[in-house]
Parts: sequence; C-alpha cells; structure tokens
Amino acid sequence: MYDIEKIYDAVSLDDAIRARVEDPEAVIIAGGSDVLIKIREGKLAGCRLIGIRAIKELEGISMDGDGCIHIRPLTTFSHITFHPLIREHLPVLGYAVDQVGGPQIRNIGTIGGNVCNGVTSADSASTLFAYNAVLELTGPDGKRTLPIAEFYTGPGHVGLGPAELLTDIMIAKKDYDGFGGHYIKYAQRNAMDIATLGCSAICRLNASKNTIEDLRLAFGVAGPIPMRCHKAEEAARGQLISPQLLEQIALTAESEVNPRTSWRASREFRLQLVRELSQRACKQAIIHAGGADL
Amino acid sequence: MTKIIHCTVNGQETEVAIDIRESLADMLRQRLHLTSVKKGCEVGECGACTVLVDGEAIDSCIYLADWADGKHILTVEGLRGPNGELSPIQQAFIEEAAVQCGFCTPGIIMSAVEIVGSGKQYTRDEIRKLISGHLCRCTGYQNILNAVERAVNEAYQFLQQGEP
Ligand SMILES: Cc1cc2nc3c(=O)[nH]c(=O)nc-3n(C[C@H](O)[C@H](O)[C@H](O)COP(=O)(O)OP(=O)(O)OC[C@H]3O[C@@H](n4cnc5c(N)ncnc54)[C@H](O)[C@@H]3O)c2cc1C
Ligand code: FES
Ligand code: FES
Repeated sequence: MYDIEKIYDAVSLDDAIRARVEDPEAVIIAGGSDVLIKIREGKLAGCRLIGIRAIKELEGISMDGDGCIHIRPLTTFSHITFHPLIREHLPVLGYAVDQVGGPQIRNIGTIGGNVCNGVTSADSASTLFAYNAVLELTGPDGKRTLPIAEFYTGPGHVGLGPAELLTDIMIAKKDYDGFGGHYIKYAQRNAMDIATLGCSAICRLNASKNTIEDLRLAFGVAGPIPMRCHKAEEAARGQLISPQLLEQIALTAESEVNPRTSWRASREFRLQLVRELSQRACKQAIIHAGGADL
Repeated sequence: MTKIIHCTVNGQETEVAIDIRESLADMLRQRLHLTSVKKGCEVGECGACTVLVDGEAIDSCIYLADWADGKHILTVEGLRGPNGELSPIQQAFIEEAAVQCGFCTPGIIMSAVEIVGSGKQYTRDEIRKLISGHLCRCTGYQNILNAVERAVNEAYQFLQQGEP
C-alpha cells in the first residue's frame, strides 16, 4: 500500500489544470516510476496526486504538415523506440530511451515524466537538447512554448508555472532532417542503472561527406542540468573531418562542462568520460550521417 | 478509499474491490491470491513482480491497481493448459534447469511470454537485454538465458512450420 492521501484522476487536460489550480500542492502522476518511488522512500509520503493517464490527447507521436514531429508527454519509452516516425527521423532518441532502466520500466515510464522530473541523468534529455526540442506547456492562461534548454532551471527543478502541464514535445524538421547521430550512456551496469555520464551527438555533413556542416553535442551528468557544448560545436562547424578535429571537439567540450564528484564517479573521471565519449559519439554520428569511419 | 474496478485477469472477467492506494502486485496477491506474483524490492528494481498488462511486461509493484481498470492482466497462473499442463515456456525452464529457489522465476517467465509472443528470433545478446529487468540471486543467469533462448527458438520454428 502506498502512503497517498488522495488521488484525483483527471478526465481531460482542462480538468487536470483545474484540479491543479484548486490544489497547487498536488503532484502530477503519469507513469509513476519516479513519483511512486519517492512515495516509497518517504520523500512524497502522504501526498495528494493528480493522475493524467486517462488523457488520451496527451499520448502518441505524429508529424504535422511542416514536418515537425510531436511527441506527446504520456508516450512510453518502448512506444517511442518502436514508432515508425522515430525510427525514420529521430533514431538517436529512440535508441537513447531504449537505454532507460530495463524493459518493464520502459513499458511504464513516459518521456514527459523523464523531462519534468528535471534530473541531469535523464536518458532522453541530452538527445532532446541536441535536437533543439521545444516544449509546449499548458496552464490556466493557455499554451506557451519554451526551448528545452530554458526548461531545466536547476537539479530537480523545471520551468513549469503554477498549474502548468507539459503537453507536447516538438522537434522541427530543420533540427533533424539530414542529421545522423549517436547516444552513449556510460553506467556501472549495462541495464538498471542511471547514467554516470550521457553523451549525445548529432551532425550534418556537406555533399561530399568530408566536412561537418553542423554539430550538436549534448551531455547529461556533465553539470547540474543537461547541457549543450556550444563552443565545441562552433569549433567543428565547416571543418574537414579528421581525428585531430575529434580531439579538438573533445578538449573544447571538456572546457565547457562542470561535472561533480558523486558516489558513482569523481569529477576527474567524468571529465575523462566527456573527452572520450564525445569523440566516440561524434565518430559514430559522422558514420550515421553518411561519412567515413575514421 | 475503496473502489470497484473491472479487468480481465488470466482470461476471466473480474470485478474487484481495491483500495486506490494499493499496487497491482498488492491486488493480485492479496485480493485474487495469485501468489506467483512476488515482491522482492517494491521499487521497480528486481522484476519479481512482473506481469503482463495488455501484453506488455511491467513491474506490478510500481503500477497502481486502479490503472488495471479495463485492462487484460496475465500472470503465471494464466499460462496453464486446460488440464493443468505447463506451458512450453515453463517446460523450457525445467528442461534447462533454470530454476533454483524459484523466487525470480514467475517474473522472468512473464517477460519470456512477451518476448516469445513477438514471434521474432533473437540473438543471445538481445535476449540478455530483454531480460535485464530481472535479478536472480541463484542461477547465475546462464540457464535462464538457455531456457528463454530455447522457448524463443521453439516458438519460432513452430511459426515457420505453419507458413506455407
Ligand atoms: C528501477 C528504475 C530504473 C530507472 N532507470 C532510469 C534510467 O536508466 N534512465 C532514466 O532516465 N530514468 C530512469 N528511471 C526514472 C524514471 O523511470 C523516468 O524518469 C521516467 O521517465 C519517469 O516517467 P513517469 O511517467 O513514470 O513519471 P512520473 O513518476 O509519473 O512523473 C515524474 C515527474 O514528472 C512530473 N510529470 C509527469 N508528467 C507530467 C506532465 N505531462 N506535465 C507536468 N509534470 C509531469 C511528475 O509530477 C513528477 O514530478 C528509473 C526508474 C526506476 C524505478
Ligand atoms: S518487487 Fe517489483 S520490481 Fe522488485
Ligand atoms: S532462482 Fe532464486 S532468485 Fe532466481
């Protein structure tokens, strides 16, 4: 039995927002794989919950007329990985969320919960940063959109206003079309462990596939919140692909990150991982973008 | 905080009075006495409580009973044949000596049901990944992998024979 004071099951988005306005302290529950654990641990014991699972409009993946891909927050990890639109256009995201926990967790956990939980190790986050994902938030005053980089405000903190819900995750065509990429999760075990470091790289090459036109390099656990390494990306833009370039990307990325020491790993080890994984991820991203194996 | 829910459990339509604070594992064990569903950690780490909900394996300890309303639930009790025979997957676990204390077994068998049900063939590494949400303290996993591999291959061959 969970220590819960009350659960209200919202029947629609408006109903969920109304319930939050009425009870600002109540906690939204989607798949529950973070919230229920916190209740068991005692951190959220005795809480009031607002369930959003019955809101069908918050589930599923689609593409609009402009080629923008919409991932609704209640979509589970396994449904993302196996969705044809994701396999065709956002394979790095499908692969990244296939690294979460184990199969049963991926059948329960939602991408919306992963993002709203606000932790730097979230396996979807670095790849969503790389794809320049834009979030749609809906509250009593209507909808607004926010780039994902502005949504994460601190460890465990996100920019959800009072009574707001995450209602859509959008990736524009210009942010995935022609890109190839790769995600590497470094963890103590191959499954059922959160990332010691996560690195996502996506890139687009020129027509002769020997020059990087655009690179996006993002990390989880390299700082208090997921982050992009803009200087490393700038250093790569327009450059001929070579092992020296990969090294330069890695060293620039290392100068931008700010990991901490935790029981999982020291700051020094995480810096080494940033250097090593950025090279490995970029190397694989180049291959996926049509370039040669270095 | 009682609520009546309706779901299909092991093929039977079931009406059950639950407390909205209980997990699906609580409901299956305590209200329906389906004690193949084990509780190891109750925080989604060990997989002992794995059941299928609408064909997908989930950890029933971190799934509220209320969410099962209107859903199809399958536990190991639902695998037995009309005369109490074991299913081919259970038989594979016996053939491969994949059971020691047996605590993890029902959960892994339910994941195997989802894996075998896909009708696909998998490499050993793929099977490792597909059962990575389970902990076993006894077997060292090798015989479990052998059993799942055997069940997958048997089902695959059976399906191939069915093709014209
Ligand atoms: C055993 C185990 C292993 C795990 N391993 C990993 C891992 O390897 N990698 C990883 O990234 N995560 C991991 N997790 C964490 C968790 O599974 C993910 O963060 C998951 O995405 C959470 O989604 P959920 O729907 O279950 O979230 P919930 O628990 O329902 O919600 C999470 C948070 O988001 C809020 N929320 C949810 N949806 C919305 C919405 N639409 N609008 C506003 N707020 C919302 C909730 O209020 C809550 O604060 C693991 C969890 C467990 C139990
Ligand atoms: S008891 Fe449910 S995962 Fe361990
Ligand atoms: S057989 Fe004992 S835990 Fe697996």
